[in-house]
Parts: sequence; C-alpha cells; structure tokens
Amino acid sequence: MSKLTPVLSAHWDQPDSFTIEAYTRNGGYTASKKALAMDPDAVIQMVKDSGLRGRGGAGFPTGMKWGFIPQGDDKDHYLVVNADESEPGTCKDTPLLMANPHVLIEGCIIACHAIRAKHAFIYIRGEVTHVVRRVNAAIADAYKAGHLGNGIELTLHIGAGAYICGEETALLDSLEGFRGQPRLRPPFPAIAGLYARPTVVNNVESISAVPAIINNGAEWYQSMGTEKSKGATLYSLSGHVNNPGQFEAPLGITLREILELAGGIRNGHKLKFWTPGGSSTPLFTDEHLDTPLDYEGVAAAGSMLGTKALQIFDETTCVVRAVLRWTEFYKHESCGKCTPCREGTWWLVQILRDLENGTGTEADLEKLLDLCDNIMGRSFCALGDGATSPITSSIKYFRDEYIAHVTNGACPFDPVKSTLFAGAVN
Amino acid sequence: MTTTQDSAVAVEMITVVIDGFEVSVPKGTLIIRAAEKLGIQIPRFCDHPLLDPVGACRQCLVDVEINGRAFPKPQASCTIPVEPNMIVKTQLTSPVADKAQKGVMELLLGNHPLDCPVCDKGGECPLQNQAMSNGRADARLDGYKRTFEKPINISSSVLLDRERCVLCARCTRFSAQIASDPFITLNERGALQQVGIYENDPFKSYFSGNTVQICPVGALTGASYRFRARPFDLVSTPSACEHCASGCDMRTDVRRGKTLRRLAGDDPSVNEEWNCDKGRWAFKYVTALDRLTHPLVRNSSGELVQASWPEALAAAAAGLKGKRAAVLTGGRVTTEDAYGYSKFARIALATNDIDYRARVTSDEERDFLAAYVAGSSTTYRDIDTADHVALIAFEPEEESPIVFLRLNKNFKKRGLKVSAVATKGSIAMDKLKADFIKVAPGAEASAVAGLALTAKSVILVGERASESAGLFSAVAALAAKTGAKIAYIPRRAGERGALEAGALGTVLPGGRPVVDAAARVDIAAAWGVDSLPATPGRTSSQIIDALASGDLDAVVVGGVDAHDLPHSHAVLDALKKSFVVSLEIAPSSVTAVADVVLPVAAITEKSGSFLNWEGRARAFDSAVADSHNRSDVRILSMLADALGNPISLGTVTSSAREFNQLGSWDGARVQFAPVAAGTAKSVSGNDALLSSWRRLLDMGTLQKGEDNLAGTRRPTVAVISTKRAESIGVTTGQQVRVSNAHGSITIPVLVEDIHEDAVWIPRNSFASQALVALDAVHGDVVTVVKA
Repeated sequence: MSKLTPVLSAHWDQPDSFTIEAYTRNGGYTASKKALAMDPDAVIQMVKDSGLRGRGGAGFPTGMKWGFIPQGDDKDHYLVVNADESEPGTCKDTPLLMANPHVLIEGCIIACHAIRAKHAFIYIRGEVTHVVRRVNAAIADAYKAGHLGNGIELTLHIGAGAYICGEETALLDSLEGFRGQPRLRPPFPAIAGLYARPTVVNNVESISAVPAIINNGAEWYQSMGTEKSKGATLYSLSGHVNNPGQFEAPLGITLREILELAGGIRNGHKLKFWTPGGSSTPLFTDEHLDTPLDYEGVAAAGSMLGTKALQIFDETTCVVRAVLRWTEFYKHESCGKCTPCREGTWWLVQILRDLENGTGTEADLEKLLDLCDNIMGRSFCALGDGATSPITSSIKYFRDEYIAHVTNGACPFDPVKSTLFAGAVN
Repeated sequence: MTTTQDSAVAVEMITVVIDGFEVSVPKGTLIIRAAEKLGIQIPRFCDHPLLDPVGACRQCLVDVEINGRAFPKPQASCTIPVEPNMIVKTQLTSPVADKAQKGVMELLLGNHPLDCPVCDKGGECPLQNQAMSNGRADARLDGYKRTFEKPINISSSVLLDRERCVLCARCTRFSAQIASDPFITLNERGALQQVGIYENDPFKSYFSGNTVQICPVGALTGASYRFRARPFDLVSTPSACEHCASGCDMRTDVRRGKTLRRLAGDDPSVNEEWNCDKGRWAFKYVTALDRLTHPLVRNSSGELVQASWPEALAAAAAGLKGKRAAVLTGGRVTTEDAYGYSKFARIALATNDIDYRARVTSDEERDFLAAYVAGSSTTYRDIDTADHVALIAFEPEEESPIVFLRLNKNFKKRGLKVSAVATKGSIAMDKLKADFIKVAPGAEASAVAGLALTAKSVILVGERASESAGLFSAVAALAAKTGAKIAYIPRRAGERGALEAGALGTVLPGGRPVVDAAARVDIAAAWGVDSLPATPGRTSSQIIDALASGDLDAVVVGGVDAHDLPHSHAVLDALKKSFVVSLEIAPSSVTAVADVVLPVAAITEKSGSFLNWEGRARAFDSAVADSHNRSDVRILSMLADALGNPISLGTVTSSAREFNQLGSWDGARVQFAPVAAGTAKSVSGNDALLSSWRRLLDMGTLQKGEDNLAGTRRPTVAVISTKRAESIGVTTGQQVRVSNAHGSITIPVLVEDIHEDAVWIPRNSFASQALVALDAVHGDVVTVVKA
C-alpha cells in the first residue's frame, strides 16, 4: 500500500513531462481557463477553502496572503514566485521545475487573476542554469500558445546566488536591482512590495499546487492531509537512504513511512539524526520517526516543517562535523545587515571548529548555547534564527558526543565511514 | 496642505508606559525616542533621529506588549512607533531585553579592534560609552578577529578603518537620504561587509564630513584631524560658521590655542545637525595664511614697516583727518564689526560713502536690499511650508549648502516643487528634479515674470541677480503679483548683518533710509551727535571711481580682496593713488598698496555674530582664549578716538548692545525704483555669453591650507551646449579656450545642459578665475574655441 499521492509529480515519469505538449496532454492549462472565467474573489476563496499553506517554510495560508492585497486601489499588483531554493537539503523546486515547469506557469496565471496582477516574476537561484533554461523555454512556449501575453506577463529573473534572497523582502530588493538585504517591515509586501506596489510572494510549490485545486476543488484538496495541514506535498529525502529523492505524500506522513518508500536507511546502518525541513530546522533523532510531518506535528515536537527537506544521517556521521558544515554555510551566507547574524555566525564557526577538532572545552558548549540565545530572536530576519537551530538541537540530543570530542582531544569519528565511498577506501 | 496653521493643528498624543512610567508623545514617535523623553537611554548605533529607521544594529532591543499581548521576542525600539496601550520594558526592567542588549554589544565588540588608545573616537565614542553602560563586564570571544588593510581613503578628506566599523549604515544612509550623494555604499556580505566607494569614484560630496561626525565608532575619520588630538584635551566652544550665509551652528575644538576641528552644531531650525565640508574643514587659513601680527606703516621710502599701535593709529588718523574718505568693507565681517564700520563712516569720516558689497553689484541691488531685504524675515521654516520654491540667480548647493539640504529634505519628504531660472543645469537641480527654465545670460528678468507662484511660494534670489539688469525688479514684481515671499541669499556670512548695520550708502542701522530726516535724527540721537550726513553714499564701484578721479582722497578698507571686485586692476590703481587704511588678518592685494595696515582678529580669535540670510543672529564666542588680536570694531574705535570723533565701541559686546538697542525702523523703507528688464546680447559664431559663479570649494582665501578639502573640489570645466561643442569640434574632456580682449582661460570642456548662447566657467576655481583673467562678468561676450 503506497502512501504516495502524486499530484505535482504525477507525470514526472513521462520522458517529455516538461513540454507544453505533455502538460496539455495531461490536462494542463484547463485550470487556468476555468479560473479566468471565475470571479477573482471566488478563486481566492477556493484557495482559502482548500487549506493550502505556503510550502516555502513558514506555512502561511496562501489564500489569506492573496486576500491581503488591497483591491480597487488603482495600483499595479505583482506576483513574485520565490524559486531561490538555497537551503541545504532542500531540493523540491529544482526537480519540480525540471519535470513540470508549466504547472508553475499555469499557477502564476491563476494567482495573477486572483490578486489582479498583470505581471508575475519568478526569482530563480542563479546557480541552477539548467532549470533557468528549462523554465525560460517553457515560458516562451506558454507565450506562443497564448497562455501568457494576453493580459498576464511572466518574467524569469536570475538571482546571483545568495541564500538571503530567499527571504522575501531581500528577494524583492534583489529583484529591483539592489543588494539583497531584508527590508524593514511594515510595510509588508502585500501593501508595498515590489516597486512599492502590493505584492504576493509565494513559493514555487505553493503556486504549483493551485491548478490542481482549481480543477479538483477545495474539498478534494482538503481530503488529504491532517486537520490543519491540508493537502499533499513534496518531501525531499537525501543522505543515508537507499533511494533518495522526492516523495509526494499527504501532510502528516511520518518519516518511518517515507523511509519505507525510500528503501530504508543505508544497508547495515541505523538512523542517527535528521532534519525535518532543511538545515535551519532543529534536528530530530530516531525518537521522532513517528512524528507526523505536518506543520503542527513537527512544531509540537520542537522543530519546524520548513521545506520538508529530510536529510538523513546514520550512526557513522559526526553530528559536530555536520553542524559545523551548516554553520559555515550560514556564516558564508549572512548578508551582514544585522549584528547578531553577521557577527554571531563568525564566532559560532570558530567555536564549533575548535570543538570538532578536539581543542574545545566543555565551557565552550555553554558559550555556544548562550551565543545562540543572543542570536535567536534577536536578528533582523529568520536567517539568524535558522543558524542557531542545528547547534542548539544537536547539543540537546548529542551533548555527550560534543563532550567526547573534548575528552578525546579529537573527533571520535572516521569521516570516511559516513561517505558513499566508505567501502571503497581502505 | 497646511502652512501657517499647522502648528495650531492638535497633534494626536499617545500615552505609553515605559519601565512603569507613563509618557505622552505625538503619534508616530518611535519607542526609543519616547523613552528619551523619560530620560531612559536605550543604547543604539544605527538609529539617528534625522535618518530613516533601519533596525540593523539590534542594540536597542526592548520587550514590547500591546493590549496585553507581548511580542514573543524583543523588538528594535528604533523601528516601532508607539501605540495606545503599549507597555515597554527596557533593559532597566526586563532581564530579557538587558541580556539581548548585552549579547548584541558582545558581538559588536567581538570583531572590533579595541584600539581605543590610538583611535580618534576614543573618549567620545558611542561604542566605548555604551559598552561601559550596557555591555558585559568580561570578554568571551577569544578567536581570531576580522582584519582589514587600514585605512582606506574614501576621499581625500575622509578615511575609513574598516575593522572598526559596526556597519550601522549611518554614513551610507546620510549620503543617500540627506545629501542625495549616494557615492558610498555597503559592499560584500557577512562579517566582511564594508563601506565602499564605487570603483575609481571617490566620495566627492560637499557634505561628506557629516558621515565622520555621525559615525558611532572611529571607522570614518577626517584626514585633517586624524591622530591630532584626544577629545578630552580639546576645549570646545559653541560657534557659528563664517563661510556662507546659511548660518550653521558649529562647535570649534581647540587644543593649546590651535583650532583642530570644527563640528556641525545642533540647531533644528537652521542646519539641523549637518554642515558642509567647507564649514567643517576650512579653518586652517587662520594659521596657514601669513598672518599679520603687527601694525604696518608705509615709510618715507615707500616701504611697509612694522610700527607700534600708537604710531600706526596716529599715521592712519593723520592720513584720514580732514580728507574726503570712504569705507569699503567685506561681507566677511561680523555684524558687530560692520556696525563699527557703519558708525565709523558716519561719525569719524562724516560720510555715507560705505559699501559692504565686495563683489559685482548694481544700484538696482542696493535699492532692492534697502527696500525688501533689510528687516525682512523669510526663514527656513518658509521653505518647509512652501508649495513652490523658485531659485533665481542662485545655485543652492554651491552658494548656500544648508539651504540646499533643506530644499532636498522638503523635496524628498513631501515632493516640494522647485523651479530654477538659470543659464545652465546643475547637480543640485538634478537632485531636486527642478523645473529648469533655461535663459541666456542677461535675459533672466523676463523669464521670472512667467513663474506660476502663489502666496505660499518662496523666491530664493541670490546676489548674482545684480549681474542681470532688471532681475531684482522682476523678482519684486513677481512677489507683489503672487504674494510669494522673497528670500535674498547672499554668499557671504556677513552680508545680511552688514546691511542691517547700515554698512551701505543709502541705509543707516536697522534699515533706516539715509534720505529720511527722521531716521537720521533717530540715529544721531542714539549716537549722541548733532547730525548725520544727509547725502546718500556712493556704491563700491562709485567709491573706486571717485578715488581714481580724485573726488575722494582716502579709504578705510576692511576684509576686502580687490580680486573679488570687477576690474580689479583699476581698483588697485585707484587704491594706489589714495591714502588706504587696511584692516586685515593677512597680507592681501589691498594691504600691498595700503599706507597703514592694522591687523585684526580672525573668526576663532574673537566673539561676535553673523546674521544669516534669514536675519537670524548667529552668535559665537572666541574659541582661542588668549589671542592678542582684536576685532575690527575695537580698532575702529581706537582710530576714531585718534581722529577726535569717538564712536565709543570699545568691545564687541558694546557694539552688539548698542546695535540691538537701535532696533529696526518702523517708518517707510527706501523706495524701490524698478529697472527695466535687460536682454541678452546677441552672439554668433564662436562668441558666447559668459555665465559664471563661484563653486563651494574653490580658490577662496578662507580655504587656504586645507589640501584634503581641496581634493574634493568639483573639476574645473567650461560648460557648453552640444550644438556649440559640435560647431567648434570638441567633446567632453577636450580643452577649450575662453577668451576676450583681457585674457584667456584654457580648461577642459563639459558638454551639458546649458543655453546655446552661453558658456559657463567657474569664477574662482583653479585655472579659471574669470573675474581676474577675463575681467568679465555674467552676460559679457567671450570667444570659445578648441584649444
């Protein structure tokens, strides 16, 4: 019995799934036709009723976000799609756009109609050139087919590869041509976003979920998921699993169930720790195998659903080493605007480095936790908060392993054993 | 839009509770400032009351609760306006806020070099101070610090030590928001983020020094002050700026009798907290110039030799006694000194032949000043409430930079409409998005009439209007027709004071007309003399002519450089023929031909006041306590005594008291006789009409000795139109020669928006001193060819 509910990924196995022909063949661009005939407010209501929540991490109800856009204000409105997927472990938008870019385009058309926008922008991460080419080709095809250009324009903008530009206001600054740094809120994007006009910023997956909701109805979408987390979503499994990849399943599925679908942990090994939603969400361990992976379930267990990026680590992995790598990422990606994130990550890396190579002390753990306390909730945007999550959660679950580094005077792990080529080297 | 009434409109007040104390503040007030009202100092770095909130440094975190609902985490008090039913707990009452602040402070200090013992800011450093008041007692961060090569010149005047920077973005926000000179910006990211300039593009802003002053650490330092002093060794004196008529409040810092720096003072109604780089850095002339220290008297063999004060005063009195003498005084003297010259002319020399306008002038201007400017009261506040500001013969950024900042603030905050009647466009006009009414030099007057102003508008007219016939008349007519307010903005700091003090041939102190017998009686009574001369005095050019023709024998000259006057060769010839008493701080073109030279105090050595363009008194004290130099008025008083006609103004204080007691005239003003609008001369071929004015930073005497400042001068260029450039075959950057029968100037050309009949060159910049080299003024015909 498969728990999979392929909607977005329903046709990914077709070799030409990314073409406009395949998309049309599979029923594409019928939802937009239907939606364009509807009253925009009815579209917003339908999305509200479906219970769709933002898939970029925060889980804000999508329909409600659309409803915030002031109507009849004689201003241009914009839709901006956040495709700046950069979080370590997160890999859902890239495969989605490779396999089915048209579902996003159709979603954009519907969303623009709903919020009375004439122009949508997709802000995509600069490094994924292959995706850029594919989406550009798809946009060109959609223009040719007349889906775009008749009142709704769509522009693909390529970012320069900064993690911070996934933060919606930094994304807007970057899209406007400025350095990507988060903006002071209020005003919120719904009031003054892109070019100071009312703007909706949605994740790729959120917008891509809309055509199916229009076609199948809010009730159909509601039938999946849990009480407060409706619908299906893409779970991205990576790391020490036999069959990594994207698994589209209803919200509320557990890791134990997904691991079954993915062929289990690497043979001969057992689960040590994992991230429920990318590296900025507090770690889980094997005690959370049955935690329902919906917004509420994960939050109740002390983490966040985030982007549903399940990075799986088995017992060969040094948690200190993993956390150090993530922290180095946050130090590298800190935009520099606020003190806690900019300066904090600089020192977190140094302390973690000492701990990992065995030159740290037990007192360093308290220093780390106290620094994290001074960063978490003190920074300008959520990036600073995210940088502390792996540190505080790993110390919570693996304090003994940190101390083992101190008493050992070195890392007790053989890093080679956690690699894929572990067996080949000796 | 409300104008005069808006102070009467009730401001909505909001009451909040901060640390248990209630405070009512106007709606929109930020928490951090509401706390200030209670005397609660929340530490901060990026916050600045005149800049938009940014919330970057996170130092001002406090706990906030609204309607019983607490924010889950501490909030930046510099970004959140107060709301009804808000309860704020600062570091004083919230352990969470206190720990958050200490945590941020620890992080700010972590990468800070802590080189306080050698840092200019040490002793007056917000980081140092707040680390003591709101920081941890001990340091825990013992890894390696971020380092940078140091320092970087972001301009010739401003140096940047990047490792000291706390990245508050005050400097970049000032440059973008206040000066509209976004030449510095934050580059890179994370802990390597840093303030930077664009490649090969230094920070050439007239207002760059303000970034040094508002830097909360020692990251930005002024090149001229760096490593010169510790703040606790400085003696600070409130002062006023002597460089222009904006009227900036200043602070002068002196160590061991030497001025080491000057800072912008805080006067919300004038300069707010800003000043320009000239005001900030151009003070070395006091020491750099070859200062006169002793009186000089020309001996029988024609040489100027040192003399004692009694000898010199006796020689001066002997030369003036019974002679037909006049007074020429500059726009740089204080009101008290100008009053001294005014009284000296009338009593000691028994003449109204006095003119403070050491520049290109006109009789039309003199009458306009007496009729419309003396006693007038247009202010900065009028700019704040204007619906439209017209700039006439006035380039605000170059000629009165704080007026520019005020215009820019109103443009940025409320979209103030600005129009400019001018020959050429300018950077300031671009920044203000001004409506550019392009006219040929000389034809300004007829363009002014067409301006659509209202009773809420303000006309800012500069002294250069005297160079275009009928322009003051057109301004007066426009104001009469529309009800718009007139503000006359001279370039020099002392001009308005000199006008009010009566240092002009047609007016006595307080705007009293010389021709009005009652006004003369008024002043004569106050001065304790029987009568005052009744004939209106000559203008500066008439005085020069009279000296040349022998109608006058002698002249007392104070603070005038002959090269500021038109036809300076003729001026010097006339002075050579006459008996000249010169009151000066340093040798000049005038002292060189003087018969008696009397040294006087420079600005930092004396007290006094200026009246800025508004007519607002800007008083200052002597910053150097033990100077031996005396203010002009004291010396004039001694000279008057030697002449036997005392003016009894032994001190600056007595001059100020007497002048202020006179008050202004409530009778009829001098009648203004309008002058017909002039027209531009017609030119063809390579001939062009000259347009020229002084740049803020140029070869001015008061900028001597400040080479760092000179490095941020705008380039010396001749501006011509695209059509002319094509016709003479030059492109921007190539050399052109601007010439007439007197001489020529060869400088690079800039092809820009300018009237096709015109060429613009700077009046007193390096390699382009139009008055001296060409002896030509606005509207004169010159020839422009490729060099």
